[in-house]
Amino acid sequence: MLAYVLRKLAYGGLTVLGVLLLIFVIFFAMARPDDVARRALGEKAQGAQIEKWKAKHGYDKPLWPTLAKPGGSLLQAHYVSLLSFEFGNSDLNDSPIGTTIRDGMGASLALTIPMFLSGLVLGLVLALFVAFFRETYIDTMGVFLCVLGMSVSILIYIIGSQFVFAKMLRWFPISGFDTDVIADGNWNLLLRFLALPVTVGVLSSFGGDTRFYRTVFVEEVNRDYVRTARAKGAGEMRVMLRHVLRNAMIPILTRVVVAIPFLFTGSLLLEAFFGIPGLGSITVDAIAGNDFSVLRVMVYIFALLFILAQIATDISYTLVDPRVRLE
Amino acid sequence: MSEFLLEVQDLVTSFPGSGSERARVVDGVSFNIRPGEVMALVGESGCGKSVSALSLLRLVPKPGAIESGSVLLDGKDILSLSVPDMRKVRGHEMSMIFQEPMTSLNPVVRVGDQVVEAIRLHEDVSVKAARSRTLELFKQVRIPDPEVRLDAYPHHLSGGLKQRIMIAMALATRPKLIIADEPTTALDVTIQAQILSLLRQLQQELDTAVLLITHDLGVVNELADRISVMYAGRIVEQGDRREVLANPGHPYTRGLLRSMPGLGRPGEPLAEISGMVPAPADWPRGCRFCTRCSEVLDICESEVPARRRLSLTHHVACHAVEATE
Amino acid sequence: MESWMVSNLVVAVLLVGGAWIAVAVSRHDIWRAAVQQVWKRRPGAVLVVCVYVLLALLDSVAWRGNVDTGSDVVAQHEAVTLLERLFGDAQEKSYSAPLADIEFYDHSPLKHPGSHLFGTDILGGDVFLMTLKGARVALLIGGLTSLIAIPLALLFGIPAGYFGKRIDDVVFFIMSTLASIPTLLLLISITVALGRSTLVVCFALAVTSWVGFCRIARGETMKLREMDYVHAARLMGASETTIILRHILPNLMHLVVITFVLMFSGLVLSEAVLAWLGIGVNGSWGLMIAKAKDELSRDPAVWWNVGGAGVGLFGLLLAVNFLGDAVRDALDPRTRKES
Ligand SMILES: Nc1ncnc2c1ncn2[C@@H]1O[C@H](COP(=O)(O)OP(=O)(O)OP(=O)(O)O)[C@@H](O)[C@H]1O
Ligand SMILES: [Mg+2]
Repeated sequence: MLAYVLRKLAYGGLTVLGVLLLIFVIFFAMARPDDVARRALGEKAQGAQIEKWKAKHGYDKPLWPTLAKPGGSLLQAHYVSLLSFEFGNSDLNDSPIGTTIRDGMGASLALTIPMFLSGLVLGLVLALFVAFFRETYIDTMGVFLCVLGMSVSILIYIIGSQFVFAKMLRWFPISGFDTDVIADGNWNLLLRFLALPVTVGVLSSFGGDTRFYRTVFVEEVNRDYVRTARAKGAGEMRVMLRHVLRNAMIPILTRVVVAIPFLFTGSLLLEAFFGIPGLGSITVDAIAGNDFSVLRVMVYIFALLFILAQIATDISYTLVDPRVRLE
Repeated sequence: MSEFLLEVQDLVTSFPGSGSERARVVDGVSFNIRPGEVMALVGESGCGKSVSALSLLRLVPKPGAIESGSVLLDGKDILSLSVPDMRKVRGHEMSMIFQEPMTSLNPVVRVGDQVVEAIRLHEDVSVKAARSRTLELFKQVRIPDPEVRLDAYPHHLSGGLKQRIMIAMALATRPKLIIADEPTTALDVTIQAQILSLLRQLQQELDTAVLLITHDLGVVNELADRISVMYAGRIVEQGDRREVLANPGHPYTRGLLRSMPGLGRPGEPLAEISGMVPAPADWPRGCRFCTRCSEVLDICESEVPARRRLSLTHHVACHAVEATE
Repeated sequence: MESWMVSNLVVAVLLVGGAWIAVAVSRHDIWRAAVQQVWKRRPGAVLVVCVYVLLALLDSVAWRGNVDTGSDVVAQHEAVTLLERLFGDAQEKSYSAPLADIEFYDHSPLKHPGSHLFGTDILGGDVFLMTLKGARVALLIGGLTSLIAIPLALLFGIPAGYFGKRIDDVVFFIMSTLASIPTLLLLISITVALGRSTLVVCFALAVTSWVGFCRIARGETMKLREMDYVHAARLMGASETTIILRHILPNLMHLVVITFVLMFSGLVLSEAVLAWLGIGVNGSWGLMIAKAKDELSRDPAVWWNVGGAGVGLFGLLLAVNFLGDAVRDALDPRTRKES
């Protein structure tokens, strides 16, 4: 078991190195430091100005290491800074990136944890319900609604719900959030701020998730062991919960565990639209301001979380599925 | 009360066909089983044996459905039982062993627990008591190292062992009738013989009635008391084992026997029946065997043959046969 | 060459290619049966998709004509598409509500009263026309992206599956690296780094979406490699290239079609999100929706812009999503029927 975990971790580490290279290619080789400087300073910036900007933000080194001079390249600096979690300061306003990210985490989690949990429970329950009534009109309707939900852009969900529930009906504030709310424990206010974004978030991913869970359940329901369970005299409820759910957990787990990193990253659009100052908002600001230094770190952190989640999935497989061999 | 444990009358089970009509995959099947008797249901692949068996337990997969007929178990009308009452019958009074031991066990539950579940679904006993009963069952079906196997997962076990577990599960609450749907088809030849002799021993020890489904007449010869030959959804011949094997009335039965090496009559060539069972949508209107029959008459294509008695215990549905009564 | 000429050329190529594919499909029983099955199961979805394709084609054929301004006949500044010509002049000064006779804010009479089904936008453009024109952009995004992503996936997936060993290790590593970066972020990073243009957006979408198909192609190739007829071909002395081109690639085509249809709606939805972040494609529904955020907070609200784009997007995606299931069931014998 330990060897298995170690091997998974080692491969994860290798993937991190690959991700870093990819980030470097995107942010340094595709968009060269000169372009970055020009975007920050404006198109008319002079050569000297650009050099000064590059020196200030540490872009004034050669891109790739050469045989003659292996140290001191941007590539090396990039690996060192991200691997040691020394993210430095933002190119845009010199604020320390590490602190910004730590501050944004709380707000993101406040939005995404309720969203994740309620979405998961609701999706599983509905999928079980629909699978229970498979091949009846309830099932057909359920699938139809799921596809309907999948065909609507999240932008429409957000804009529409803000318009209807916040502007016309005035049930909730259109947007806004106060990080102090979490510290103060003012749950009532927190709930009012979060109700709409959480609902929209659940709604937007609901169709796809439920349909996926349903497909998994229906696939399991048709398997031979389910017939055996029925032939033993097990009731439908027992068949569903004890036999089908347990087997279906294996494919479902992949989808769910891999979604966990997004708890930290928040939802880009939801945070931006509803004015929640989490990591998603930070990312959107970075895009708007062409702040590559922040964007880079965000990509890195998300990839890191994603890789960890993947390792967690592999390990949890061994717990759920006795057939997985640790080779 | 009648002498029969199970009475099946005119059972019809259908699946949606290609058009609006439903294909009657089981079309008017009737047979009886006495307590402690082994009835063999014989026929080629695709002629509706499994669907018949599943109909008895009311486990026909959707969109299939039982259309008409009656099934009496100990005088109890199975087809009109409520769903909870039907659940009490399944696995308790009538249990089933499936064709595919590989996939018929839940892959993520320990096999011991699966048998324990079968017991506790019908009897109010503690887990511990059910577990020791399971251990006994494992010994009874001759599983080596039964204590260890209790905690094994299905993928740890060979096909033969899995089928033994299935048998243990079917025996768990001492049902009066066990339906064994081709219990050895998926196994190696040597394992097949072991499982069959196990089944025969257990059947005699426990005096359980068995509906044995197979397309192997060798198995029938060893185990069965009576035989029902099924072709394309209908029973074409039925009778005591000796009568049917020694004096087959239906051309289909003769064809089956001839393609059996050990059982064919001396001097006759080994000839299989040409072709295969057609799909239910293509079943002919009259005698369903007429497309493959070597002794086909004009009437065969248009009219369904009635049952003709050859003796008190032996009857055939074939136009070419004269009743002896 | 100007862009409208390229566009016309593309239409010609597409028409010829479409006809060729139609002939090829009707020659193969499996494909013909699949097409018939899809048509039988989801005729509505097929029709809707056809309407969208037709709109896109109409909006792609363009030429520069002359306009009669009353006193004089002058050459048009820009090429006008067939769809726009069919629509005729529909320009107003500013916002007007659907089918209104007067402008929305200053109530002055419209030039074409009662003729704007979805109203007009801030510049007086007809929203219905813009909605129809969005079809071309959406199909362009889906088509162009697939054109990059699918060959890329085959290029990596087939050798990885066929040759295994080192090649497989490398491809697998590339795939797991790419898959580790959340799609949206990778998408944003590439578009931001490369600058914002249609081609860049499609390239970025392709980079983020080819991995999934590559995995499928690799797995399927591994299976095909062990098939008897491949072994037979190898024994007969066929070269690896021949085997791949003659025996592996054709047997992946059904997966290509399934992937294309299933991928499509995700691509169009992603573009909408990018559009809102300011890195979308000109004229897309996503951009129309993104612009509408402020319009909805005006008082009284201007809702028909987002409405039109939303309906256009929803209709296409709904049809494609339903089509996707039918196509998969028709072409992939392994997936059981799961409506
Ligand atoms: N789930 C189903 N849906 C549609 N048709 C079915 C289904 N199950 C069985 N059938 C049809 O019923 C017919 C009889 O099938 P059945 O499984 O009973 O055959 P069998 O005699 O048990 O054959 P085998 O020896 O292969 O087990 C088949 O022709 C098949 O087409
Ligand atoms: Mg069968």
